Amino acid sequence: MSAQDQMIHREKSLLQRIAGGSWLVSVLAILVSLIVGGILIAVTNEDFQEAATYFFARPGTALGAGWTAATEAYLALFQGAIVSPDSGFLPLTETLTNATPLIMAGLGVALAFRAGMFNIGAQGQITVGAIFGAYAGFAWHLPLGLHLLVVILMSVLGGALWGGIVGWLKATTGAHEVILTIMLNYVAIKLLDWILNTPAFLRPGETNPISPIVDKSADYPVIIPGTRLHLGFIVAILLVLLVWWILNRSTLGFTLRAVGENPAAAATAGMSVKRATFLAMAIAGGLGGFAASAQISGTEHVLANGAAGSIGFDAITVALLGRSTPWGTFFAGLLFGAFRAGATNMQISTGTPIDIVLVVQSLIVLFIAAPPLVRTMFGLNRLAKGPKPKAPKPTTHVAEVPAAPATVGAHAAKGAGTVPDAADAPTAVDSPSAVDAGPSTAKHAADPEPPTPPGEAGPTAPETTEGGSK
Amino acid sequence: MSTAALKPAPSAADVTRRPSWKIPLVLTALAIVAFVFFGALGSHDTATFGLASGGDFVQLPALVVSGMVAGLVTGFLLLAIAGWSLALARTGSTLPTWAIVLFGVLFVFGFLAWAVSGGSTPNISLTGLLKGSLILSIPLIFGTLSGVLGERSGVVNIAIEGQLLGGAFSAALIGTMTGNAYLGLIAAAVAGALVSMILAVFAIKYLVNQIIVGVVLNVLVSGLTGFLFGQVMVADPEAFNQPPRLETLPIPLLESIPVIGPIFFQQSIIGYLLYVVVFAVWFALKNTRWGLRTRAVGEHPKAADTLGVKVNALRFWNVTLGGAIAGIGGAFFTLVSVEMFTKDMSGGRGFIALAALILGRWNPIGAALAALLFGFADNLASVLSIVGTPVPSQFLEMLPYIVTILAVAGLVGRSRGPAASGEPYVKE
Repeated sequence: MSAQDQMIHREKSLLQRIAGGSWLVSVLAILVSLIVGGILIAVTNEDFQEAATYFFARPGTALGAGWTAATEAYLALFQGAIVSPDSGFLPLTETLTNATPLIMAGLGVALAFRAGMFNIGAQGQITVGAIFGAYAGFAWHLPLGLHLLVVILMSVLGGALWGGIVGWLKATTGAHEVILTIMLNYVAIKLLDWILNTPAFLRPGETNPISPIVDKSADYPVIIPGTRLHLGFIVAILLVLLVWWILNRSTLGFTLRAVGENPAAAATAGMSVKRATFLAMAIAGGLGGFAASAQISGTEHVLANGAAGSIGFDAITVALLGRSTPWGTFFAGLLFGAFRAGATNMQISTGTPIDIVLVVQSLIVLFIAAPPLVRTMFGLNRLAKGPKPKAPKPTTHVAEVPAAPATVGAHAAKGAGTVPDAADAPTAVDSPSAVDAGPSTAKHAADPEPPTPPGEAGPTAPETTEGGSK
Repeated sequence: MSTAALKPAPSAADVTRRPSWKIPLVLTALAIVAFVFFGALGSHDTATFGLASGGDFVQLPALVVSGMVAGLVTGFLLLAIAGWSLALARTGSTLPTWAIVLFGVLFVFGFLAWAVSGGSTPNISLTGLLKGSLILSIPLIFGTLSGVLGERSGVVNIAIEGQLLGGAFSAALIGTMTGNAYLGLIAAAVAGALVSMILAVFAIKYLVNQIIVGVVLNVLVSGLTGFLFGQVMVADPEAFNQPPRLETLPIPLLESIPVIGPIFFQQSIIGYLLYVVVFAVWFALKNTRWGLRTRAVGEHPKAADTLGVKVNALRFWNVTLGGAIAGIGGAFFTLVSVEMFTKDMSGGRGFIALAALILGRWNPIGAALAALLFGFADNLASVLSIVGTPVPSQFLEMLPYIVTILAVAGLVGRSRGPAASGEPYVKE
């Protein structure tokens, strides 16, 4: 339990820490990640390796080859994701199509995150949602309009069921959701593998495990003729608004966030932690179910092994990059959708393996999660500390690992320095002060020192003494 | 199978407040399942279990049993143990551990007799089944020890998957480039340690949530190895992706003991390293100064710090050591199992290792045994799919995951991790 409090707690303090330079750090993180990816592309390029044998004689040749390889790959990435001379803005619609399930599933991860749970189970939730949705899509023949609604409903039901199991088990037994969701991912994959071989799902006359094609009436209508962009993208935007409303304007959302911040305080305030845990996971699973419907009714039109692709795992990085806020998730989903669309083009036209995108994506999340690292890289530390020296200045931020006191000072300084700017942050709407201040001071009341403002307390707090059980 | 296994969950949830009844009730339910399905509804055909293998001192005869008789006998014994546990529960005491282990073994045997006798070719080699189980468990055990070292010192290690994969990749790459499998093995350990160091730096220095770093690191390693595989290895496999194999080193005499010899003493160097590492980690955690400090840092870092233990330095090096161990486990994939690297070849075993860690309750021996159980279930699924059983293989493959779910849900007993696991330590 307390591991999750910690997570959310630190997530908050992290958010406060980077709030001031939020955009800057995010942009720099993306930039650094792209540069690292570019270097990887360059040094593994054949021309570069050839030229590298006489690197010291003519370094320009090698560097030129590397530069060409990296820029060509990134140009192909851009042309595959946004706009290209051949096909105009067609790639952009591919980006949006790819982003649709990512946004939906990312919202599920983000919502669970806000309720204090780490939902690694989007993969399983999408898989089970796809089983339910696809069955409704090919086995039931309903009129146009109604059919799509039923497929969406069934997908959401399947996802919510799979997420709900986790919430229920966690609420009743205290089992750790990370393990539960990982295990249920595997169970879902095996379940899909089995069910595709049953007569009810196997396409007649087919020996490979693949289902019949879903009815045309079950498809999301295409928005722009000639592209794959379908109505699901609009649904994704509506879901962003819905999740924003749930989290920030509804009683349920308040409960979820309160439980996520501090379950003990929420329980003291009369909220049912168990109910919130169950509901959060069920809703998160339902959002995964929407992503499943985007796959089944939007792009794939059949159920086959690997129905969820890697969406469930990408959704985690999307939610992390979006800092678990609905709009943040939306934009992170767009970015990752662009990467997915562009990477395909990059692989086809320059032969750069698609996996480079995974590297860039994970680096982005790592860097964004550790703003001090990015600041250090760009020498922003002195700039950031300059105007408001509240805590004693540490000599250098990149201290040796064991030198804890120096880093504490740095974090405190950063926290104190950036709080006033929080209003500028794009995510400010998602951090209402009522929940922020309440639980975190309640948490620190247990500490020997008097409660301090959250901005300052956050970074220094993590070693709370309460016993954490998994 | 899955529904049968899941059914006890609600009853167990109801009795959470009275933990002494939980195990007896589960045992009773399982015993009834065994008696009815394996015994009363079992097949009249026989099942043959081969025990002998080529170089044994004595050729043991194969074990031939009737499916129904074996089911009824084991079912009866299981009911007896379950009844005993119920009787004990009334007086407030619990079953001794050996009885629970015996229960497990009997249940598995009853299931095997039922599944094999109902198959189209009712004949399996028991020795082969067990040997295969151990081999499949090897990367799992290395991985789970990495988890033990991390979590016992207070750092959640979700990145086991990445450590295994990184180890497998480096072993293949360096093994091929140098033509020496042992250098490949060392490279694997280094790669695993490097992945761990990233985890440690982000978790300890930058205080980033450890689960987040772990998850992201898995993606990073998957992407990096996948990219290099596609960009470098595929183009020229002879130069980069044909590592030499670590040959099997049978131990003279010991390898000829029937059943035990072929299972334990016909391993590669990685297999023997496994025995050493499991013992060393267990012994050191329990009996050395380092072990005491590690446990202290994982349970109550502040207290340890007060007594002069360098909390974060110890955590850093323990996590790094764990990564090196997991890296060796990863080398098993490319230096012993198949002599080439393929994309994402660790196939989620890092997560299974994580589950084994919890099932084994953060104890090196317990975690290793849990990993063995997963290896057994994995191997059983593939052996039984060859035999042709009434149960779809997918459900057998699901078994380890469902067992884990039941375990963390508290059915097999409350699992409680090190108190400070997952919480960074910042000195005040």
